[in-house]
Amino acid sequence: MLGYYLDLALRSFKRNKVLTLLMVVTLALGIGASMTTLTVLRLLSGDPLPQKSGQLFYVQLDPYPKDRPFSRSGKLPWLTTYTDAMNLLHAHRAEHQAAMAMTRVKLIPTTTQQRPFFSNGVMATADFFSMFEAPFQYGSGWSAADDDNRAKVVVIADYLNDQLFGGANSVGRSLRINDQDFRIIGVLRHWAPQPRFYSLYLGGPNYGKGEAVFLPLQSARAAGMDPINSMSYAAGDKQVIENSPTIWLGLWVQLPDAAAVSAYQSFLASYAEQQVALGRFQRSRIGLSGLMPWLDSQQVVPDNVRMQTGLAFSFLLICMVNTVGLLLAKCLRRTNEIGVRRALGASRAAIFAQFMAEAGLIGLVGGGLGLMFALFGLWCIRQQPAEYASLAHLNGQMFLCTFAVALMASLVAGILPAWRACVVTPAPQLKSA
Amino acid sequence: MEIRPILASLHKHRVPALLIVLEIALACAVLCNAVFMVAQCVIDGRAPNAIDEQGVSVIHIGGLDGRLAADSVSRDVAALRAMPGVKTVAAINEPPLGPDAMFNGFASKPNEEPQVNSSVYLIGKGAEQALGLKLLQGRYFTDEEYAQGELLPNHQSASHVVLVNQSDAKRWWPGQSALGQQIYSDINTWTVIGVVADVIAQDPSFAGVSGKYSSVFFPQRPSAELNNYILRSDPADRDHVLQQAMQTLGKLEPGAVLEGKTFADVRADYFAGSRNLAWMLVLVCVVMLAVTALGIVGLTSFWVGQRRKQIGIRRAVGASCRQILAYFQTENFLLSTAGVLLGLVLAFAINIYLMRHYEVSRMPWYYLGGGAAALWLLGQLAVLGPALRAASVPPVEATRTI
Repeated sequence: MLGYYLDLALRSFKRNKVLTLLMVVTLALGIGASMTTLTVLRLLSGDPLPQKSGQLFYVQLDPYPKDRPFSRSGKLPWLTTYTDAMNLLHAHRAEHQAAMAMTRVKLIPTTTQQRPFFSNGVMATADFFSMFEAPFQYGSGWSAADDDNRAKVVVIADYLNDQLFGGANSVGRSLRINDQDFRIIGVLRHWAPQPRFYSLYLGGPNYGKGEAVFLPLQSARAAGMDPINSMSYAAGDKQVIENSPTIWLGLWVQLPDAAAVSAYQSFLASYAEQQVALGRFQRSRIGLSGLMPWLDSQQVVPDNVRMQTGLAFSFLLICMVNTVGLLLAKCLRRTNEIGVRRALGASRAAIFAQFMAEAGLIGLVGGGLGLMFALFGLWCIRQQPAEYASLAHLNGQMFLCTFAVALMASLVAGILPAWRACVVTPAPQLKSA
Repeated sequence: MEIRPILASLHKHRVPALLIVLEIALACAVLCNAVFMVAQCVIDGRAPNAIDEQGVSVIHIGGLDGRLAADSVSRDVAALRAMPGVKTVAAINEPPLGPDAMFNGFASKPNEEPQVNSSVYLIGKGAEQALGLKLLQGRYFTDEEYAQGELLPNHQSASHVVLVNQSDAKRWWPGQSALGQQIYSDINTWTVIGVVADVIAQDPSFAGVSGKYSSVFFPQRPSAELNNYILRSDPADRDHVLQQAMQTLGKLEPGAVLEGKTFADVRADYFAGSRNLAWMLVLVCVVMLAVTALGIVGLTSFWVGQRRKQIGIRRAVGASCRQILAYFQTENFLLSTAGVLLGLVLAFAINIYLMRHYEVSRMPWYYLGGGAAALWLLGQLAVLGPALRAASVPPVEATRTI
């Protein structure tokens, strides 16, 4: 039966080429715009570490004085002081724990022809790689002992290895960073969690290919590297940020289950109470947020992207209303045909199905064309200077989603006209024909 | 024009009429908000900035050895100043609209909590000429003040003098002269020696509305903090001079990372995101209006087709072409009005939603008026074609197919 309806639909399209084309293009524009923005939104709000995100938690404390709070709306400070980070790390209450900061590094290529260039580097404690499951191509990360001994070692990203060493195993070779030599002990495989959750508030970009080098925190600090972001909460000397009233470290812990989470929570609470008792803190507020809730609460996805998605879907709604109108016009023009079919024995359900099939066909064709528009839209986004630009690609899931949305939009748009068509009473139509 | 027959006819075709109303309402709501946002983007992108934007280029120099930076800066500035085509050169910590902003809060009374993120400009000797600052009151820094300027361990300027923006002078000392007044931060105090026309913040979107034109200038002797060179040249050979300067610096500082841009590019890059958003909004609006217009054309054509006989009868009993035309135009006007009224409510609701969840300000009423007028006009234009076709229906149509 469906085959017959589709045949009828095609015939009706041929009769009204302009109107059909108008409907298809309208729907395709709506689908194209909404799929483009939805793809970007999903990319940007995705889970950076799907297999691990449930176990990762971000730690926040409040060393700010009561009369000069971090924020007037009661937000907890984004970062942690060195003293607190080290106290919590050395307590070893979580399965893994790491403190990290971002720094700007000057990398000096080994070949003399290339000019030195800047890149971001992560300064972190030893658990960074195991906790975030960063995969190694060659070598491995550093140990806690390397960090404590301020060993001049470095782990580099795959793209830096390709750029400087042509992709060869560079473990054991040396890399000049900020005019000092560091020994390469590991090369990462491609590792690009999006968003780059750990760099939030550390000063790096929230999206993109990530940092070129990873250094032990103590070694980097001993080599004179400063964090990109640091905020002070009291007056005083800011030269040595390890013992000044400055927050500059992000602290992540891995907690395998709910029991561990509540245990860590109470540990953190008692730590804060203890600091209040010692007079270091004035408030014992703490924060322990899971990775995804943390990203959501900090609204990592740029406002522009969310606003564009809203705009695109309102546009799709307008396109759908438009399609309803045009479909309705078309079907009301065909009351004679409907009358004949009803008189020859077609049930109301059959008429309804016929018009829904027609709407569905428009949806599929519109979806196909919409896919082209979406691909073009994503291409346009890749040309933009935004930090997430290079990520804007359509994946298989969004490919199917495009057709699903198109089909659904057209079927929803088709309900009203199809219902109007099936309530046509045959007798007057036959008389007037 | 008699409205009652139109209303009766619309009542009979409730569903298509409602669809047109709904489409116009949605289009109107989106249009008002989109145009408002485009206008905001344009205003942001053109934010005034009292420096010689056309003549200035900026070269960022990074990765200098901290201990030798002071010597490097003096040597580089001297070398650049000697280049042909260069009017003046000076070093600065960060240019306006620069990527690595340095913010601090200042207050006009001791122990008062600062409320605004002010951009801190540490300027090397001659930077007032290099930037093209406009002095409104007082004086610039003396050579001696430049020689004494440095950054203290608490990241405050060791200098005791400061230049402030006109806006800050008005904010801190309304109705008084700013000259000789003091500003405070941390444990430090500075005396205002001059007021300049408003220079924009280093990162206005971070600084927020209050900090957009809150800039303070401190003298600074050559040091590692001054890692941007401001070159001023004739706008005509600005690009050429910048290129030459990059080569000169490349030879002088083989170990440094250099990035040179004209200030026009600095501005263009800073506002690239909002410019792209504006273009996307414009594109969506144009396509949306086209879709709406075509929808109106489609539905009205269908109406006209359906009512050929009635039109014929009206013509036969004496209605003129003009009256038929007016009938459809009035009908469209009624539908547009209903749509626009609904649309204005929607537009207002969207604006309130955006204000609550994004950094969008309240939409002034004239955007609503403009949006409404645009949709009215669009409706009339879209209906013109089908209405003219209706008007050309001959009276003889009344006698057919009976």
